[in-house]
Amino acid sequence: MRITQGAFSFLPDLTDDQIRAQVQYCIDNKWAVSLEFTDDPHPRNTYWDMWGHPMFDNPDAAALMMELNACRKLYGDRYIRVVAFDSSPGWESVKLSFIVNRPDEEPGYRLDRQEAAGRMIRYTTRPYAADRPAGARYG
Amino acid sequence: MPAPAFAETELPQAAAPAAIDLREEFETSGVKDVLAELDRDLIGLAPVKRRIRETAALLLVERARRRMGLAHETPTLHMSFTGNPGTGKTTVALRMADLLHRLGYIRKGHLVSVTRDDLVGQYIGHTAPKTKEILKKAMGGVLFIDEAYYLYRPENERDYGQEAIEILLQVMENQRDDLVVILAGYAQRMDRFFESNPGFRSRVAHHINFPDYSDDELLRIAEQMLEKQNYLFDAKATAAMADYIARRRAQPHFANARSIRNALDRTRLRQANRLFESAKGPLDAKALSTISGEDITASRVFALPPGKGEGK
Ligand SMILES: Nc1ncnc2c1ncn2[C@@H]1O[C@H](COP(=O)(O)OP(=O)(O)OP(=O)(O)O)[C@@H](O)[C@H]1O
Ligand SMILES: [Mg+2]
Repeated sequence: MRITQGAFSFLPDLTDDQIRAQVQYCIDNKWAVSLEFTDDPHPRNTYWDMWGHPMFDNPDAAALMMELNACRKLYGDRYIRVVAFDSSPGWESVKLSFIVNRPDEEPGYRLDRQEAAGRMIRYTTRPYAADRPAGARYG
Repeated sequence: MPAPAFAETELPQAAAPAAIDLREEFETSGVKDVLAELDRDLIGLAPVKRRIRETAALLLVERARRRMGLAHETPTLHMSFTGNPGTGKTTVALRMADLLHRLGYIRKGHLVSVTRDDLVGQYIGHTAPKTKEILKKAMGGVLFIDEAYYLYRPENERDYGQEAIEILLQVMENQRDDLVVILAGYAQRMDRFFESNPGFRSRVAHHINFPDYSDDELLRIAEQMLEKQNYLFDAKATAAMADYIARRRAQPHFANARSIRNALDRTRLRQANRLFESAKGPLDAKALSTISGEDITASRVFALPPGKGEGK
């Protein structure tokens, strides 16, 4: 099941040229761009691991593409996203976030039903991938 | 990742033009303006200006060929600037970045100027991230490495400079579209550096040598610098400056145009003091902006026998 999170995720995956163009758009708007990766695709998992520092003073998107390629070399089997932060209001806030790498196989989620008091049912979703230990979930 | 998407939405390639007017390209690209400014703002440097004009011509033709679908490889643009201190290497590198930007060979056109300490770390694992940070900053523009030979310290085989060199070489080769590297330094030491680092030698296509300025050129540089700051020499001051230049050159730590800039800074200081101590009434604009002979001859350069002292 294809994970859809962040911008553009209902579109086909962006090509590297398209990623580069989006990143350049962010930089030209003075947003700091950075990379994050994870192997826990649960939509409520907002804390992905950072890949290096956010880039504050690299005027060209080639800098991020270089890091993206390095990140893919190590974590190409996981999800990687670009996050762009805007600090112009006086605090950092996410302006744009989109997935730039995903596992070859995305097994999707299992829906669990828990029968509670009365006839109440609690629902929860669990990524099948999370059945395996962190770091060994994909590939 | 799956195969590239969006192929059907991409704009059709503009048809290759049948003919390109190089003259017109020369003017509309802004290259003409950059070269004219270079001619106007920089005194002397005839061989450097000639080489830059030749390089610009090559790049214009290369660009025209690319637009016609004739050339596919990005030409190697990495350069080396050799010359003594203060001969204008950094200044010209800035113009070069502008030129390459206008021709579309770099996307942003900024210049990041570094030396060994910016690239090489102090301990294991420190160098690669440092070098990469700098490379990332320079992407889209020009990376200017001053006194590049300090990267290579053959006497110390554990030197971390080697690590920086390897990363640089890799990016210079594989990311030629992303940045241009200019190596700068004194001619002889650069020659030795290239001899012992064939990797750099084969990646650097353009070697430009910056000659020392003649006394006459330095005097014109002095006048131009003053004019930009709204000052001028009176007749005695011009003669004193010419004398100063001849003496200063014979002394240690002579740095061509930079020595002139420093001398003028001190001269303005002395002029201000003279005005402050001697003025009896209000001063007009002319008095405030005229450098007189004594402001220059008070320099220690005139007190020292030739070949001694720091030239303060
Ligand atoms: N041809 C010139 N005309 C006018 N000003 C010049 C010229 N050449 C150099 N200058 C001035 O001299 C100063 C020193 O020049 P620059 O820093 O470019 O020298 P450099 O070759 O990079 O020196 P170094 O090797 O010591 O780094 C600058 O202030 C520059 O503006
Ligand atoms: Mg310099």
